[in-house]
Amino acid sequence: MAVIQEVAKTRGASRETRNGDGKAAAVFLAPWFIGLGLITAFPLLASLYLSFTDYSLLEAPSWIGIENYQRMFEDARWIKSLGVTFQYVFFSVPMQLAMALLLAMALDKGLRGLAFYRSIYYLPSLLGGSVAIALLWRQVFGADGLVNQVLAYFGIQGYGWVSHPDYALGTLMVLNVWTFGAPMVIFLAGLRQIPTMYYEAASIDGASKLRQFFNITIPLLSPIIFFNLVLQLIGAFQAFTQAFVVSGGTGGPIDSTLFYTLYLYQRGFGSYDMGYASAMAWFLLLIVAGLTAVNFFASKYWVFYDD
Amino acid sequence: MTDTPVRPDAPTESTMTRVRPQRPLSEVAAEIPDVPRKRKAGPHLKRLLKHVLLIAFGLVMLYPLLWMLSSSFKPNELIFREPGLIPTALDFTNYTAGWNALLHPFSHYLLNSAIVVLGCVVGNLVSCSMAAYAFARLKFRGRPLWFAIMLMTIMLPIHVIIVPQYILFSSLEWINTFLPLIVPKLLATDAFFIFLMVQFFRGLPKELDEAARLDGCGHGRIFLRIMLPLSLPALATTAIFTFIWTWNDFFSQLIFLTRPDMYTVPIALRTFLDATSNSSWGPLFAMSIISLIPIFFVFLFGQKYLVKGIATTGIK
Repeated sequence: MAVIQEVAKTRGASRETRNGDGKAAAVFLAPWFIGLGLITAFPLLASLYLSFTDYSLLEAPSWIGIENYQRMFEDARWIKSLGVTFQYVFFSVPMQLAMALLLAMALDKGLRGLAFYRSIYYLPSLLGGSVAIALLWRQVFGADGLVNQVLAYFGIQGYGWVSHPDYALGTLMVLNVWTFGAPMVIFLAGLRQIPTMYYEAASIDGASKLRQFFNITIPLLSPIIFFNLVLQLIGAFQAFTQAFVVSGGTGGPIDSTLFYTLYLYQRGFGSYDMGYASAMAWFLLLIVAGLTAVNFFASKYWVFYDD
Repeated sequence: MTDTPVRPDAPTESTMTRVRPQRPLSEVAAEIPDVPRKRKAGPHLKRLLKHVLLIAFGLVMLYPLLWMLSSSFKPNELIFREPGLIPTALDFTNYTAGWNALLHPFSHYLLNSAIVVLGCVVGNLVSCSMAAYAFARLKFRGRPLWFAIMLMTIMLPIHVIIVPQYILFSSLEWINTFLPLIVPKLLATDAFFIFLMVQFFRGLPKELDEAARLDGCGHGRIFLRIMLPLSLPALATTAIFTFIWTWNDFFSQLIFLTRPDMYTVPIALRTFLDATSNSSWGPLFAMSIISLIPIFFVFLFGQKYLVKGIATTGIK
């Protein structure tokens, strides 16, 4: 019996090395292949082509070379949208991650009720992307909204934050920071992997808590910090819903919340300038890809890998 | 992407492999016990103070949500005057008014959202698990390359493909149907979940499917009878995240659904702002609360899988 099994095994193995599982793989991957081709790759290339055309859905696209890209750099609203997005990304993502790390540290050090706190802090991450929360934000930071009611309690007269061009973007940043729960959970898992003996050894040597943080926690957690950073940056560049709902689709007041994706939507699906929208989309892709590449490159200098 | 333990035979994930702790994060995350791993013998007072601070902070974070819940029971004029949480009177008129404020009763939009969510969940479960099985268990030519392409599609912003997708779907006359939202999920375009399930499948002992093969099982039966039943946690994580993402999704639903009778909950909620005057926050809050209830229940009952899922792939 055992012999037969062995034979069967070797026959199975040799058959596998000769042919592989090509046929089975083709079956199992068929949906994915079709999706990759029709839903992802073809549209990706099509939008690259469209970005060099003038196309309004009604007539066939006409080739205009790099004119869309040239127009972008002369378009004040496009430049504004780029500025708004960069501002949003580079302020709110670090703040969100700092908050996530701070709370993860506070929860990590032997605390009763960890699961309870984790749930409470995590809940906003699940809800933050919804229209309901964006609508709530519009009210909370409105002229007679919750924030101003609380401020009035202390005798302070607040602004209509969402309708003030200097503060509207800030309210969206607060919303992004509010969703720090997801990176916090990742940090919590990462902190668990740092052996306690490092801290014990450090405190025996008389290292202060602050030093332990900078010389043990940060280096050993750096792969996780890096991972969170890349993910949150990519996500923040594509933020759309909150700005759309809070500004009622305009990106106002005075384009102060005109996220890049919001402007793209306005051009593509508001004025049906599909060629221009495609050029904008490809520019976004290049920014996100470039930033991720820079991130990976820079990570050599600050991310510490144990192995 | 931080998950797999290093394996020489695994397809390379190029640069991604460098972001890699010693142990699967998902395991660690799921293991985090409720009780402290090491109780500091610090003074009671300090610990108490910490709890007070953490609870206070949690309250500040959740305050807007609780306030919205309370406001949904308040008459309009009180919403703007009372920052407190306890409504002076329990009043359901906001709910009845909100339910009927739009062109269709709100149940219409809830049903539409439910159809889209159901389609997407089924689509992702079927197509992503199939693709994941191929990547995790089958040997075929070019596997590392295809795997790398799959990982790259995770990072692809939807905005880069939405315009041609719109053109494609409108030439199929699929605009104002749920097909543009559901069909891509049937074709495994949510590569996140392929990755998540590949990670999970790799952790299952290979001896099981080898034994099944010796007994004459084909890949179809190994997949259906062995891998899937053992992967319920991964399937649950996929279902839960698909549910939440689809329920919250705004961008693609805004683009593909423009006829009021096809509106889903997020799109319907947004039209509240146009349809009703700015002063009717009460009904708007009431419907917002209703739109958040399904997510809240998923959160309550699916927490374990959510935490595991985020730690595996870093999704929200």
